[in-house]
Amino acid sequence: MLGLNKKDLSLLLIVAFLALCAPFILNPFPSDSSLAQFNAGYPDLMQRFVIFGIFAIGFNILFGLTGYLSFGHAAFLGVGSYSAVWMFKLLSMNVVPAIVLSVIVAGLFSVVIGFVSLRRSGIYFSILTLAFAQMSFNLAYSVLTPITNGETGLQLTLDDPRILGASRTESGGIPVTNFFGLDMRDTYEMVVGPWAFQFNNGYYLCAILMLISFYLAIRIFRSPFGMMLRAIKSNNTRMTYTGLNARPYTLAAFVISGMYAGLAGGLLASMDPLAGAERMQWTASGEVVLMTILGGAGTLIGPVLGAGFIKYFENIFSKINDGVLHTWFGFMPDGLEDLVVTLVHPFVGKGWHLTLGLVFMLVVIFLPGGLVEGGQRIGRLFRRKKSGDEAKKSTQSTPAE
Amino acid sequence: MDAIILQILNGLDKGSAYALIALGLTLIFGTLGVVNFAHGALFMIGAFCAVTLQRILNISFETIDPTRTDFLGNPMKVKTTYVETWFGPEVGASIIDWAVPLAILFSIPIMIGIGFIMERGLIKHFYKRPHADQILVTFGLAIVLQEVIKFFYGANPIPTGAPDVFKGSFDFGMLLGFEANAIIYPYWRLVYFAFAAVIIGAVFSFLQFTTFGMVVRAGMADRETVGLLGINIDKRFTIMFGIAAAVAGLAGVMYAPINSPNYHMGMDFLVLSFVVVVVGGMGSLPGAVLAGFLLGILESFASMNEIKSIIPGIDQIIIYLVAIIILLTRPRGLMGRKGVMED
Repeated sequence: MLGLNKKDLSLLLIVAFLALCAPFILNPFPSDSSLAQFNAGYPDLMQRFVIFGIFAIGFNILFGLTGYLSFGHAAFLGVGSYSAVWMFKLLSMNVVPAIVLSVIVAGLFSVVIGFVSLRRSGIYFSILTLAFAQMSFNLAYSVLTPITNGETGLQLTLDDPRILGASRTESGGIPVTNFFGLDMRDTYEMVVGPWAFQFNNGYYLCAILMLISFYLAIRIFRSPFGMMLRAIKSNNTRMTYTGLNARPYTLAAFVISGMYAGLAGGLLASMDPLAGAERMQWTASGEVVLMTILGGAGTLIGPVLGAGFIKYFENIFSKINDGVLHTWFGFMPDGLEDLVVTLVHPFVGKGWHLTLGLVFMLVVIFLPGGLVEGGQRIGRLFRRKKSGDEAKKSTQSTPAE
Repeated sequence: MDAIILQILNGLDKGSAYALIALGLTLIFGTLGVVNFAHGALFMIGAFCAVTLQRILNISFETIDPTRTDFLGNPMKVKTTYVETWFGPEVGASIIDWAVPLAILFSIPIMIGIGFIMERGLIKHFYKRPHADQILVTFGLAIVLQEVIKFFYGANPIPTGAPDVFKGSFDFGMLLGFEANAIIYPYWRLVYFAFAAVIIGAVFSFLQFTTFGMVVRAGMADRETVGLLGINIDKRFTIMFGIAAAVAGLAGVMYAPINSPNYHMGMDFLVLSFVVVVVGGMGSLPGAVLAGFLLGILESFASMNEIKSIIPGIDQIIIYLVAIIILLTRPRGLMGRKGVMED
């Protein structure tokens, strides 16, 4: 079905199931229990899961397949956001033209940047992309203020023309983004006993787009084109000796991943119509690298996992403060409790980045294949216990995608 | 003319910082072949060494002075630092005043120690792994170091003053026969430039004129052969890593009065230093120094109002623009060696 083999199809179906039922799955704890803070089933966070999932899937097409490590992908995300917001300002509040434009503009940008950067490879490529991204960031902050609104960030105002829509609603407010009349902000709440499940229009739009991008990524991975990209990663010199010009292939991969980033940026702006230059900063580029590596570069599901993992823990860890820690460790004797809280304190709340950095280092050192490889190792461990013969085979087999 | 000289001078202090960080980066890259994204963090740690020493020197105890009263009529509490009680008020005060230069001595062992720990504990395991992995793990380390500093020192910049002697500015124009106040330049920046020149000279002469340096240079050229001659090249490269860390740290210590240390200063400088290294040529020490000063001066020229009115925003992007042009026209950089990171 859909031109996929059985394994890929089941993967796609699992992801689709997870994405569409996310409001249930991410909301396992009753809202009145003390564990409710671990719930992630609210629209804002779920949207970020899938949007950054798209971003990471796109990044993985470049980094996972060709091995070119770009440190400037956030530039495309930022460009996408800006163009989407401009579409809201000038044309209408419908998200479709905004998203289409953001993908196109990000694509054009990545053609230019990719054409120049891909003339070099390895560390030089990383630094060139980094330089381009920092250039865009600096320009967005300073000279391009008429377009980007500088430090304040680009926002909707009541005086925007909005040719195909009203510049203000009847009540005099700024109209909200919609999908042919379906407001992105609208949330249907289903209350089942102590649980409150939230179904948000915006989330479902993002989720469906994420599934489409995921499907496209599978097709790219399995296509001759994807094979070619992997060949470039494993030995570019030999590819060149066979008389093949690798650059059009890498450029195509770069542009595709740039367009994915533009889509993510456009969606970010569609959910919350504002765009700031900090989305283009190199720390933001670093974040998508972290997501992809953490999940598992070069695997299909890895980037989505990584994006979800980072965004979830970012949100949860940032909320934990000393009060919460004291209730957790309240069962311990007082002195011990204080000691444990003092020890844990630097890693939670504002210290989330410290935890992230440590986890990231540990992953790069011990699990270069990311969470996916971790899962495979655990799976192999269990299989080995079952029968010795199978274990031998599985260690020899090539790692699954 | 005076404007041009002023811009060159302005470029020198930033250029010195770029040159010092890029020198350390190149040392590490040239010897160990590792791309160290945590080098900016070392620069930042250096700056915080200055902050720490200043805080240590300012540790004080309170005594009650019965002869004076505060505005509420209570006996006044007087804070006296331990340094002042040990060395007498005058010497003590001047020791506190000279905290930043003293931090040079304080920071060298710390930075070399951090360098050793980093190399032996982490980077050693990454020699055989791809460059992407090296970038990623040191990037992670940079985040961790940055967050640790943020945890202990807070997120706000900490003003760290230069000694009183160096406060104020030097009227450079008078010296060259221009009008008074045409070219004024803060003393500390002159000190910084001189300091950078000394450090750069020391590193180069260490490599050029000592046996140790000769072995290291030989190792940079052909590690395997040097190893086969029965020389423990790994140990020497570890020491070079420590020296590179110390150079970055010293650059940070002396930079503290110019720019109040904050936890993300390392990252800000790191990106630019990488650009400097690439422009100078991967693995070329003179190239790194040359490119550092060149880009620093170019940056300050681009921030002149006359130039900004012709090309708006050029001051923000000049360095990156130069890097892109250089990489595309001279892929090895200004003074890059053949065969180093060719692809």
